[in-house]
Amino acid sequence: MPEPRSCPDCLRRAWLLATLAPYIEKIATGEAGSRSPELLRLANEDLVEVAAPKVAAQLLARAAALPEPRLRAALEGAGCWACCRHDDLYPAPLRDAADAPWALIGRGDPGLLAGLEPFQTVTVVGARRATAYGREVARELGRELAAAGMIVVSGLAFGIDACAHRGALDAGPTIAVLGCGPDIAYPATHRSLWRRICEVGLVLSELPPGTTPWRWTFPARNRIMAALAGMTVVVEAATRSGSLITTDLAADLGRDLGAVPGPVTSRASAGPNGLLASGAHVIRGAQDVLDAMLGPGRLPAARPEPSLGPDLAAALAAVEAGEGTGDGVAAASGLSGASAAAALARLELLGYVEVSGTGVYTRTLRPSPSGPCLGH
Amino acid sequence: MLATARTFTLDGISARPVRVEVDVHRGLPNFTIVGLPDTAVREARERVRAALVNCGFEFPLRRIVVNLAPASLRKAGPGMDLAIAAALMSASGELPWERLADVALAGELALDGSTRPVQGALAMAEAAREGGAEAIVLPAENGPEAALVEGIEVIAIDSLGRLPALVAGEWEPPRPQPLPLRLDAVAGAPDLADLRGQPHLRHALEVAAAGGHSLLMVGPPGAGKSLAASRLPSILPPLAPAEALEVARIASACGRLASGVPAGRPLRAPHHTISAAGLVGGGTPPRPGEATMAHRGVLFLDELCEFRRDVLEALRAPLETGEVSIARAGGQRSLPCRFMLVAAANPCPCGRGECDPDCACTPLAVQRYQGKLSGALADRIDILAAVRQPSAEEIGGPAGEASAVVRERVLAARERQERRLGEGRCNAEMTPAEARVCPLEGAAAALLADLYAKQRLSGRAHDRALRLARTIADLEGSEEIGEGQMAQALQLRRRGDA
Repeated sequence: MPEPRSCPDCLRRAWLLATLAPYIEKIATGEAGSRSPELLRLANEDLVEVAAPKVAAQLLARAAALPEPRLRAALEGAGCWACCRHDDLYPAPLRDAADAPWALIGRGDPGLLAGLEPFQTVTVVGARRATAYGREVARELGRELAAAGMIVVSGLAFGIDACAHRGALDAGPTIAVLGCGPDIAYPATHRSLWRRICEVGLVLSELPPGTTPWRWTFPARNRIMAALAGMTVVVEAATRSGSLITTDLAADLGRDLGAVPGPVTSRASAGPNGLLASGAHVIRGAQDVLDAMLGPGRLPAARPEPSLGPDLAAALAAVEAGEGTGDGVAAASGLSGASAAAALARLELLGYVEVSGTGVYTRTLRPSPSGPCLGH
Repeated sequence: MLATARTFTLDGISARPVRVEVDVHRGLPNFTIVGLPDTAVREARERVRAALVNCGFEFPLRRIVVNLAPASLRKAGPGMDLAIAAALMSASGELPWERLADVALAGELALDGSTRPVQGALAMAEAAREGGAEAIVLPAENGPEAALVEGIEVIAIDSLGRLPALVAGEWEPPRPQPLPLRLDAVAGAPDLADLRGQPHLRHALEVAAAGGHSLLMVGPPGAGKSLAASRLPSILPPLAPAEALEVARIASACGRLASGVPAGRPLRAPHHTISAAGLVGGGTPPRPGEATMAHRGVLFLDELCEFRRDVLEALRAPLETGEVSIARAGGQRSLPCRFMLVAAANPCPCGRGECDPDCACTPLAVQRYQGKLSGALADRIDILAAVRQPSAEEIGGPAGEASAVVRERVLAARERQERRLGEGRCNAEMTPAEARVCPLEGAAAALLADLYAKQRLSGRAHDRALRLARTIADLEGSEEIGEGQMAQALQLRRRGDA
């Protein structure tokens, strides 16, 4: 397991942002709220000068005096870790952005940061007030992308975000980028979803643990989502939506844009339909995303998978050959009834097979591990 | 003149004592029966009259009143003929019998005076003993089952004509041989060896038997579901003597004992057109249903999706509590029904299954059908086994492991469970609290936690997995639940409430 590291200066920057949050809120709310990414481009001194000119010296001095052990203790106490821009683990695509966060505060599996390449990462965003169509598409998109080995990034918000996360979790890990401290489940009704992502995926933020969300922090986190992924897909969004901030930021970075077409009469699809009109990729399903990012017909490079033992490999081969029942798998693989049962359960947990309500197994889209079998 | 005799009416599977009071006095010849008799009891008048006359007794041409006490209890069945006849003879002075008040009688009379067997003789003999009777007089056919009850003299007679000799002490009736209780199936009963190949199904059966878990088999017709279910009793532990008596008592109350003792654990397979009353018992007075008849055995519901929904719903509470409780105007009765539930269903309306290219079922029809499957009793089912048509090699292959071998392992597993949980209990009956303290190896706990997180298991599904894993560990003889055992349990468990 790679160990994320961070230097004291970058850590202090995160805490400085938390201290400045109410000041930035004052100067960057409303229409101007979308300007917060530009503000965050500024260095500490300039930022404080712009946001809180009256108490600038005081705040700067206080931030500089923060003792490092206390910050690390705060991280540890909240179950979080930090990875700063000087660490090898810091996602390479973020370095492209001038306004990239100095440190990422994370909760969950830091291993996901390693090898987070733009061509393996897709950001799915959309309206909080989504229609049934949008939810269904987001969920399916999330599931299929995760099944194909892509990492789905979204923002844990209501509607499209949550559906994309849920779909992705059915088949693999997912990354949620928050506008508050990573230890805070926001919105609170997504607490159980947040907890699952913490367990099997990754929750990221540029704000330290305990920071509550502000209006300006959402456009700010959108810039992280836009930078992380090679493509940003909008499922549903009204014309003046926060999701479109993400696509603007992504376009600025030269990332691909995708949009899911919707009825021209639907206000919820006005955003993506507008993007399509201006040349975004048409996204009808996960295959369109894969085609656009990797070239037609290509599958993403396999992430390093733990190789399967002989029992699992034999059982997987049997399912691939069309055996659906426990008896069929046992007969085709030569395993005993008990071993076949155990192998099928493990394959299901690993996401290679799925089971119907009647107990029949089928192969999922998840590619077989390419590495040699090392024995279980 | 007044005379009283003791008899019984069957209520569920227990016998309720009834006192027969007969008064014979002067007046226009008449024969009345009062005390809530049903039609069969009322017709006793004609049977008793003819039986008395044809046995050479004199039928008193006086005013006869028969009262069946307690008057509030509804009496049913022809089993009171013998008691009415004996009390009538005593009251009319034809056959004065001093011991009559200390003797219980039950039996149906034929017109020629010979006796016909009654249902529930075993329960009646027990009730007679409880009521302090010295002896019970029964038709000859019921003698052996009643003789199972110790502490009461059983007098088996073949005809009403035997009574004078019995009363005079001139005829000493031989004590009937008690029915041999068979704790186990007889030789030549269906054996698990007939199930060839199908290793996974065999494994599921073995786990189900070892932990008393309920089992659902889904597969096309002819895949061996019914065959597997019929072999299940042969790998369950033999009955304990007390359990065998319970089984015999129920069989006796259903009138099935006269035709032979049930060998070992019962297997009941009601047809899917059965009514709720037929399945869990009902009617007035309450009669035991298939669930009670399967007590200590296996209840096999073939074509689970074809059963009426309300019928299956009625089975829900009995499955949980192990007894059927029937509330009627006359009061509440509970009938025992601790059975193992085994069910079978087709994967889709046509039976071939979605994977079969010949399956012409529309997706909607399949969805509706499988929706039934997850609704019907699903939360009471532990194990799901998908069954497929065995291949030609499997059918032509060597016979499978014999029941006796599998049963050895099941017995050892049950022994471990009893040591942990107490006499007569099995893993399927573990409370959530008991399940959650089962020791887990680290890797097994991690596997369960992984699934819990990924599939959002409900608490119930979590505990079900633990129970199954505990049974598999018992089968393999380990104290701690290992990772492989947990994986097997996760595969066997029924899905749907995850």
